[in-house]
Amino acid sequence: MGKLTIGCFSSLVGSMTLDWAVKLSGAAIEKGHKVDLWVSGNATMLSIQDQRAFKDYSSLEKPLKELMAKGLNVTACEACAEARGYNKDNTMEGFKRFSMDWYLASTFNADRVLHIGGE
Amino acid sequence: MATTKLGFIIQRPGYKSENQKLALTHAIASQSVEIYLDDDDEVICDVAFTGDGVLNCIKDQKALENYDLSSTESHIKMGLLCDLNILVCKEDLEKFGLSKSDIVIDAEEFGADVEVKVVPFEEINKMMDDVNHLLFF
Repeated sequence: MGKLTIGCFSSLVGSMTLDWAVKLSGAAIEKGHKVDLWVSGNATMLSIQDQRAFKDYSSLEKPLKELMAKGLNVTACEACAEARGYNKDNTMEGFKRFSMDWYLASTFNADRVLHIGGE
Repeated sequence: MATTKLGFIIQRPGYKSENQKLALTHAIASQSVEIYLDDDDEVICDVAFTGDGVLNCIKDQKALENYDLSSTESHIKMGLLCDLNILVCKEDLEKFGLSKSDIVIDAEEFGADVEVKVVPFEEINKMMDDVNHLLFF
């Protein structure tokens, strides 16, 4: 089985791109692949805990936690998060926060890198 | 020892989104990636500006004065200081009536040894062929 590194830079609310990235992560994990998901820029919105799930807006906390329990490795860009006021105290449990070199390191031994730019 | 090469392709203009700055800051992060890797392993990043993205390279940007933000120009200079291979598409520059004299080429004031290279798209294509993974911004 392989390793997939996904970098996503699109926001959770206002875009469906993160929904797609999380679904792709799930599909890869179901097939037995290892997945690193890096969120940077507006995509760090994904890391905030206790977001209220309305049916009109994307809400990924539940599927994300299920995938993390299955081994999905999710990391947010710490600087991008802090710039938006997303700090350690309001970060979802299990969501890692590192600097950008973590993403590059993840690509080092990835079989495929899928980089999804921001808006 | 193993090397992974990444190609950062910047296609969008600056000051409309943060894409171009995120591309440069991620590429610059290759300077500290070794903390996650085994000894002698490395990640090398090449950066290419193409399409509307070449507008990011125009010199004398006034981002600090107008937005109180560091300019994309200063990020490019930091990239040079980190010895990144930074390419700018010659044909795309010419489409905007721009030439080498209109864009940031060096970062002598920071002590950078390398310069931005204005090259035909063919060379950027070659770079894209040579890297392990491409990241489009």
